[in-house]
Amino acid sequence: MSSRFEDAINKVFDIVERRLSGDYEVDEFGFDQELTEEVVAPALRVLYRKWFRVEMHGLEHVPDKGGALIVGNHSGAIAMDAAMLQLGLLDDHPARRHLRLLGADFVFKTPLLGEYARKTGATLACNPDAERLLTAGHLVGVFPEGFKGVGKPVWDRYKLQRFGRGGFVAAALKTGVPIIPVSIVGAEEIYPIIGDIKPLARLLGLPYFPVTPTFPWLGPLGAVPLPSKWHIEFGEPIDTSDMADHADDPMEIFNLADQVKESIQQTIHKLLEKRGGAFQP
Amino acid sequence: MTGPAVLVTGADRYLGGRLAARLTADDRVARVMTAATDDLLSPASNGRSKLTELLADGRVCTVVHLAIGASTSRTRSRSELKERNVIGTMQLLAACQRSPHVRRVVVKSAAAAYGASIRDPAIFTEDTELRAVPRGEYTKDVLDAEGYVRGFARRRPEIEVTVLRLAPLIGPKADTAMSRYFALPLVPTVLGFDPRVQFLHIDDAVDVLHHATVRPHPEPPERHDRPTVLNVGGPGAMPLSQAIRRARGIAAPVPEFALSGLAALGSIDVSRDQLDFLRYGRVMDVSRLVETYGINPLPTPEAFDAVFGAKSGTEFGTAEEA
Repeated sequence: MSSRFEDAINKVFDIVERRLSGDYEVDEFGFDQELTEEVVAPALRVLYRKWFRVEMHGLEHVPDKGGALIVGNHSGAIAMDAAMLQLGLLDDHPARRHLRLLGADFVFKTPLLGEYARKTGATLACNPDAERLLTAGHLVGVFPEGFKGVGKPVWDRYKLQRFGRGGFVAAALKTGVPIIPVSIVGAEEIYPIIGDIKPLARLLGLPYFPVTPTFPWLGPLGAVPLPSKWHIEFGEPIDTSDMADHADDPMEIFNLADQVKESIQQTIHKLLEKRGGAFQP
Repeated sequence: MTGPAVLVTGADRYLGGRLAARLTADDRVARVMTAATDDLLSPASNGRSKLTELLADGRVCTVVHLAIGASTSRTRSRSELKERNVIGTMQLLAACQRSPHVRRVVVKSAAAAYGASIRDPAIFTEDTELRAVPRGEYTKDVLDAEGYVRGFARRRPEIEVTVLRLAPLIGPKADTAMSRYFALPLVPTVLGFDPRVQFLHIDDAVDVLHHATVRPHPEPPERHDRPTVLNVGGPGAMPLSQAIRRARGIAAPVPEFALSGLAALGSIDVSRDQLDFLRYGRVMDVSRLVETYGINPLPTPEAFDAVFGAKSGTEFGTAEEA
């Protein structure tokens, strides 16, 4: 047995043993750094590198330390784009940053999903939590389109949905952190939604019940994502350091949110052009 | 021995007993009077309730109200507990309002005042408002009692009123709801949920209550028409699964519908408060306590280890009720 293999086995045993005795730390939001880095990240890394071949651009716009609010487009039936963005910042950013995601209450009331979300650093999308994380110098990620973005049909792909009233902007202004737009291309094609069975969604308490060319027809096989080519690009940060006075001005907030949305949309068009077909290497 | 006379209610319980003993040993306190939990409800004789008599006879300046409790284990029924929590608090405040001597009231409330719901922020500050109507009876008791305290503070602005919202208590010798829970052979949890929990070491609870009772009054006297609210808990949090592992217990995840079904049938003693708590947990920000009192409670993971950890040697059999 090679010693490298032995080391790897020992490390796994070590982690399992410590975790079974409860010897690990989580922060007040429930973020479990060890679990995220040692268990979740390796599993996602296979998808990130081999399946979706994700390319990151503009990482220099994300600061090495301190708070920043990352705002992105949302798509792909399940929030795979959030997971890939998170792993990209951990693996490819020089400062190996953890992205703390803001999720809808649906996420946290769903068994297992809520537990997974909290342990990988997510929390409920509400201003007290967002401001607390930003003030503490964390990188916070938000997808203002929410379910309107992830659950949209394939013919609406890469068309940004409504951004709501822009509560995320208020959190950034209040805490004076930059807003960094991020455009994600590729997630739209992993599960092309061609229908939504509304009665079934209501029955199961889901925001939508997606129908794709393979799901639910092929059962579990239909849950395999299509191997589209991904690009993730961070845009120029928007400085908010002297805008704290505007944090309670709804029109100012709305306009700024719109500006962020426009910038994401334009970058998406640029990336689509650069990428060409969705399923090339 | 020139300080104020202090009345401690709920002194028949572990926490009240510890506090009364601590205050008795403190030179800054002239006299410590105690009222058992049931004294709050004892009927009036010749027009004066027992409480009014206690307050007048002892010329009590400071009242520490610890008799709001969640445990039904020592009362016969839920309605009796509600009577004690809510009517007891009302009676006590009414007696305080009539007394010419009382200058300070300290009330032990609970983190349960924040409820536990899906729409709540991850960390409660003293300014966090309830987002959902609380489902549990204990939470309602706490909110009712706090409501009376706010009304009292408005009517008597010259009396300094402090509300301390305590995280669930744990202590090596204390028999608390938490120690009973973690001592179960199989610890029931809700399948698919791993709430963040926060604890307060009982020694820290005694320290904070002691400080709230004896700290000097501001000069000149301040008038407040609302109570000062402080969160009291061990900073930080731990996932319930981790706490169970560290207490060397075995988690028994049960689907939520099964748990609530069993609870509704009365087969197990789990209230709806506890069900919500077991799904969403409850964590408070305690920075205001640290700032105003200068007391740093033991962080939650350390407090938990001190009580349930491998070297704690906790024996549940010899515990006393808190």
